[in-house]
Amino acid sequence: MTQMKERLVQLEVLRYNPDTDTEAHFQRYEVTCYEEGVVLDALNKIKADIDPTLNFRWSCHMAVCGSCGMMINGEPKLSCHTFLREYEGVIRVEPLAHFPIERDLVTAPDDFMEKLKRVKPYIIPKEKKPISEGEYKQTPTQLMKFRQYSMCINCMLCYAACPEYGLDPQFIGPAALTMAHRYNQDSRDAGREERQEVVATHEGVWTCTFVGACSEVCPAHVDPASALQQMKITSSIDWIVEHLIPGGKK
Amino acid sequence: MSRRPLVRECPPTTWYFRQPRYLRYMSREITSVFVGAYCVLLVVGLQRLSAGPAAWEAFLLGLRSADSIVFHLLALAAAVYHATTWFNATQKAMPIQIGEDFVPGNVISGAHYVAWAVLSVVILYLAGVF
Repeated sequence: MTQMKERLVQLEVLRYNPDTDTEAHFQRYEVTCYEEGVVLDALNKIKADIDPTLNFRWSCHMAVCGSCGMMINGEPKLSCHTFLREYEGVIRVEPLAHFPIERDLVTAPDDFMEKLKRVKPYIIPKEKKPISEGEYKQTPTQLMKFRQYSMCINCMLCYAACPEYGLDPQFIGPAALTMAHRYNQDSRDAGREERQEVVATHEGVWTCTFVGACSEVCPAHVDPASALQQMKITSSIDWIVEHLIPGGKK
Repeated sequence: MSRRPLVRECPPTTWYFRQPRYLRYMSREITSVFVGAYCVLLVVGLQRLSAGPAAWEAFLLGLRSADSIVFHLLALAAAVYHATTWFNATQKAMPIQIGEDFVPGNVISGAHYVAWAVLSVVILYLAGVF
């Protein structure tokens, strides 16, 4: 069996202990990892061998669960999906930007979870039917209309990349609004009008200035920027129909 | 164990230095200043035209100055950059689904470039260039 190559990795990790600290500070670690390893492997090695007090979230180690998002050299990334070999020198690891730091690399996702709830991310059928009448059927064409947007893993990298969310925390934000679009596009759903109360507002899509960073960092290729621009167009059409067309009603 | 989350503010005036993509975004936003200034120039031109032949000639003479030519070149570059980045973005805002597939993004952006070229030719024709 071929011996796996190892490399010495230097990490500068942002530390914050709410019980003792008033400010966050960087701590430098040196650890030997496999050449093929990812940043999450290095963090796990540090926790196992050097510093058991280091806190971070992770679960699947395969870019599916969305738990291990953090800033790696200033870029929002899943640490399980970020290879050490892509970096030279010290790797700077910080908690996701724009979220309060709970402890070390662990952030508080409460704001995102609250906003996700506000867009009603579930199917609201026009008329509920009893289970005995069977499932709500859908063609592959109808599925493709929203499939891409249903791939979101709620990792919040898009919020960490979005300067508008950083500057205006009232902004509902990329992932939650994309979830609204995902259900609006679903042929089984009739809840668009309810969601518009959140979507078509200043804190909804109109805070977005199409920086596009959300789509660039999305590890699931959901393309939130696309969803938000589409909702701006449909919301504008709603406004025109309601205000400029005689007899027009939303 | 207490819960005392640490909030790190996003710097309101320097945030765009954090990432090259933010600088690219801001450079596109700044092109609007040149596009806007050129619109103001057009309005001034109309006002000069309505003020009589002498005022219009003086306005035309001003357009031939070195400062004016530099401004026009800058405004042209800004408008082209703004337009191309906008056309490239249209594929995100206007995806077209045909059956189970989506029309490739470069076709959507390409259609905008074609429309741009056709409209430019029409405007030049109406202006008597051809």
